[in-house]
Amino acid sequence: MFLTIDPVLPDDAAEMLKAGDQVMITGELLTARDAACGRLAAALKAGDPLPVDLAGRVIYAVGPTPAKPGQVIGSAGPTTAARLLPYLEPLLKAGVKALIGKGDWPPDAATLFARYGAVYLAAVGGAGALIARTVRAAEVIAYPDLGPEAVHRLSVERFPAFVAVDARGADLYRQARDRWRRGR
Amino acid sequence: MGDAQPLKPKEPSGRASAPLSPRLVWVDDIRRTVARLLVEANVAIGEDVLNALRQAAEEEESELGRDILRQLVANYDLARRERVPACQDTGLTIVFLEIGQDVHLVGGDLRAAVDAGIRDGTRDGFLRNSVVGDPLGRENTGYNGPGVLHVDIVPGDRVHVTVACKGFGSENKSRLKMLTPADGVAGIRDFVVETVDRAGAQACPPLIVGVGIGGSFELCARLAKQAVIRPLNRRHPREDIRRLEDELLEEINRLGIGPQGMGGIRTALAVNIEVYPTHIAGLPVAVNIGCHSNRHMDAWI
Repeated sequence: MFLTIDPVLPDDAAEMLKAGDQVMITGELLTARDAACGRLAAALKAGDPLPVDLAGRVIYAVGPTPAKPGQVIGSAGPTTAARLLPYLEPLLKAGVKALIGKGDWPPDAATLFARYGAVYLAAVGGAGALIARTVRAAEVIAYPDLGPEAVHRLSVERFPAFVAVDARGADLYRQARDRWRRGR
Repeated sequence: MGDAQPLKPKEPSGRASAPLSPRLVWVDDIRRTVARLLVEANVAIGEDVLNALRQAAEEEESELGRDILRQLVANYDLARRERVPACQDTGLTIVFLEIGQDVHLVGGDLRAAVDAGIRDGTRDGFLRNSVVGDPLGRENTGYNGPGVLHVDIVPGDRVHVTVACKGFGSENKSRLKMLTPADGVAGIRDFVVETVDRAGAQACPPLIVGVGIGGSFELCARLAKQAVIRPLNRRHPREDIRRLEDELLEEINRLGIGPQGMGGIRTALAVNIEVYPTHIAGLPVAVNIGCHSNRHMDAWI
């Protein structure tokens, strides 16, 4: 399924996506991992203005390597999403409609995605060089002092991901494990 | 380490074996070696891991799992070809130095040379600055150092340098437990499998699982690190340990976590165990979780 983000996720998109769907994303992503999510959540808590409006946006949890000469961006695969759990609700409340990362979440997270009608998309962890090829432009737009953890605006074309938690709270990881588990 | 331990101490040999003069090794050679190994380890994933991934891609029963494994192989091929880091988490740099006791290190401070090597390799290889200078203050040091340095003094007049780049998605899922002698092999088995089960999808499976058994609290963790960077085609010299590795791998692969946690029969590529003598009251066991891009490289000076 193709997803266009321009620069927000279309209103009906989150509803349509089902856990297990493969998607190809074209459009604009914002990057934020541990340190940037922490700052965004702190700003939201304090009622301070945000460096970028999060309503409808898609956040990609990544800290890329520096671009080599001639490259748009260095390697840029997903980081573990579950570490962002303390910041998840404030971000969803601020309007974030999708988060891209890798790995499963504790059970509470699925409830939050369902409550806010948002989705969690998983990209392939460790495929940083391959994924970087889908990035057409990259620019730091906030918190440059955080280095690789700064907020970047990425323009991507056919970025591959799986719907891992959908807006009804269905969880691909749990389904997968129920299906394949043989021992214990 | 890893060989069956003798039940009595070795006698050190006498003065007759002492060389007339030590061999001089310039720390700048160590700096350059660390820099080169750091870049190479990040762009060129080892053949042992690549072969294991290719084999897993054939054996995996989940179609999605096979597809993911093929993407990982394609990613590693691309990284090698274009000389870019295979993964954006270029890791915390762990350096093991085995320094021959007949070596005299000259030309500067050893630790500073290692960190300068990490700085140079990070710059030359376009690696990520992934280190904060203080675990609480959390300000990025901006040069990807300092690294973690383990030094051993060994017989001989050479220096063996091993550089491992440890991503923290997997490092975070590692655990250590001080078991008691009564817990035995069954206790070890439970702890290792439980640790992988808890790591689940987050540590970038298929995993390489490093297990340290014995020693003291801190040595056990180090054994697990040495186990995780042992090449997958170099098996443990002891038959009983090899059997335990095989049994643990089989049990882990029954967990169903699969490639990237999306289900399947290939949750781990290997379980590597290292052992060391321990106290009569204890049975420490440490599990160092390694992701599929198990990056390490070594050289002799």
